[in-house]
Amino acid sequence: MELVLFIVFGLLALIGAFGVLISQKPVHSALFLLLNFVMLGFLYLVLGAQFLAASQLIVYAGAIVVLFLFVIMLIGSDTVGDFVAKGRTLSRYLSIILGVLFLAGVGYAVGARAFPPAAGAPDFGTTEAAGKVLFTQFLVPFELVSILLLVAMIGAIVLAHGVWPAPSRRPRE
Amino acid sequence: MVPTSYYLILAAIIFTLGVIGVLVRRNALVIFMSVEMMMNAVNLTLVALARQKGSLAGQVFVFLIMAVAAAEVAIGLAIVMEIVRHRDTTNVDELNLLKW
Repeated sequence: MELVLFIVFGLLALIGAFGVLISQKPVHSALFLLLNFVMLGFLYLVLGAQFLAASQLIVYAGAIVVLFLFVIMLIGSDTVGDFVAKGRTLSRYLSIILGVLFLAGVGYAVGARAFPPAAGAPDFGTTEAAGKVLFTQFLVPFELVSILLLVAMIGAIVLAHGVWPAPSRRPRE
Repeated sequence: MVPTSYYLILAAIIFTLGVIGVLVRRNALVIFMSVEMMMNAVNLTLVALARQKGSLAGQVFVFLIMAVAAAEVAIGLAIVMEIVRHRDTTNVDELNLLKW
């Protein structure tokens, strides 16, 4: 049963990843990215991480993909056909060769060592358990991340604001 | 129970597709999406190994990575917006002012 779920969700995640790679329009790439993120969230559920599955759906599928779509709509998709850009044949083939080499290396490393059966119970990543660990053992990183989010928010506002100080607004005549 | 190595192989494939996307595509937004995909592949590795070890530390790590990714996307997309405002392109081949 778990194997069937893994194969279905994994295949759909791979389709999403391929779609991001080969879509001509950025909007299609963003939608395939959404498919990839949602399927990874389901895989987290299969892996017994309910809390992470929920936050994956909310943060990645909810916030990040919507932000991507927002920016794509705002600036318009002006670069059609960047996949077939001239003078890029060398880097294209080189990247595919390097990717295959990387996969072979990881496959060898994973296949060479035998994993014992997983130690975690099927539902050990509940919200209760994750919250307990998050607010005791990992309290300091948690607070630091909140500061990071604040700094990122200020940075995004400053970047998106344009000229600084802001020109005083005059009533139009 | 599915062996942990299956999840690691799947994550490696998704990571490789992200790398190829970064190297092949020229649109800054699509490159950014590929980077996000690579980060998600690493997250999947961490969750799979957290179950393998029976420890919640890996899951907390993934949670913190999600927060960092949200911050990164906000800043990165603001930078892309600013580049489009100044240079009117998202093609990274044309943004070669700092290349040499």
